[in-house]
Amino acid sequence: MGMLDRSLVGTALPVVEAEVEKSQLRLFAKAIGLTDPIFVDAAAARAAGYRDLVAPPTFLFGLNLEAHGEAIPALEALGGELSRALHGKQDFAYHALVCAGDRITFHDTVVDVYEKAGGRLEFFETQSRATNQHGLHVADMRMTIVLRHG
Amino acid sequence: MDERDMIWAELELPPLSRAGVALFAGGSGDHNPVHIDIDAARSAGFDDVFGQGMLSMALLGRLLTSRSDPRALRSFGARFEAPFRIGDILLMRAVVAQRFVQSGEKCVRLMLSGTARKVTILSGEAVVAEGDMQ
Repeated sequence: MGMLDRSLVGTALPVVEAEVEKSQLRLFAKAIGLTDPIFVDAAAARAAGYRDLVAPPTFLFGLNLEAHGEAIPALEALGGELSRALHGKQDFAYHALVCAGDRITFHDTVVDVYEKAGGRLEFFETQSRATNQHGLHVADMRMTIVLRHG
Repeated sequence: MDERDMIWAELELPPLSRAGVALFAGGSGDHNPVHIDIDAARSAGFDDVFGQGMLSMALLGRLLTSRSDPRALRSFGARFEAPFRIGDILLMRAVVAQRFVQSGEKCVRLMLSGTARKVTILSGEAVVAEGDMQ
């Protein structure tokens, strides 16, 4: 029998939002050795036809954690412990570009809880719908977290 | 099309450093201490700190945007298969799996991998619209 609260499957988490800040984008780019000017130089990004510094493809994942108080969405609500958690899988679907200055709202839902390996591994999955300050649907994310029991 | 033609992009990274992992923790908002504090890593049953799964995926994302306008990316997914260890030299590769038309635009489906010490650290898939290729 798993440790996570299965009654939360299908439940929406509180809606959260966060702003895409230039300094955070630059730090993210630096951390992964991303030197293309559209990710680090706002003037170059505008000259190349973007609204502002461009958010790299996986940036919204961390912004979502930040919006949830620097926590993995749903982990605490489900009764999971961070020290047992590993990231299993992550998917993104992109609908519109995210740039510095955008304010992103996340609608997250717990979509599945299940176990494998006779209960030694327990999984949960969340779906996150991200929209910007104009109500434009920018991306969907699906996260799979694995909890190691025993 | 021979095998070389199917490689869409490839990049080998320098060895993963503790500083790199700490920098990504700050840059990404993933502050899980197992990645940055060896005491937390050991008490969670690991020998050492290790790279975030999302660090390895962000690096694969860098491989994608090295060849594609970020606006052309339609989907991107990854499965974290093995720990991304300190010292790992990640070889990332995107291989063309399929060219197809989706919602009226020409797309390429890429199979993605990141390997180190002959182990698959992560695998994944991306769909990129080719009309916007640089």
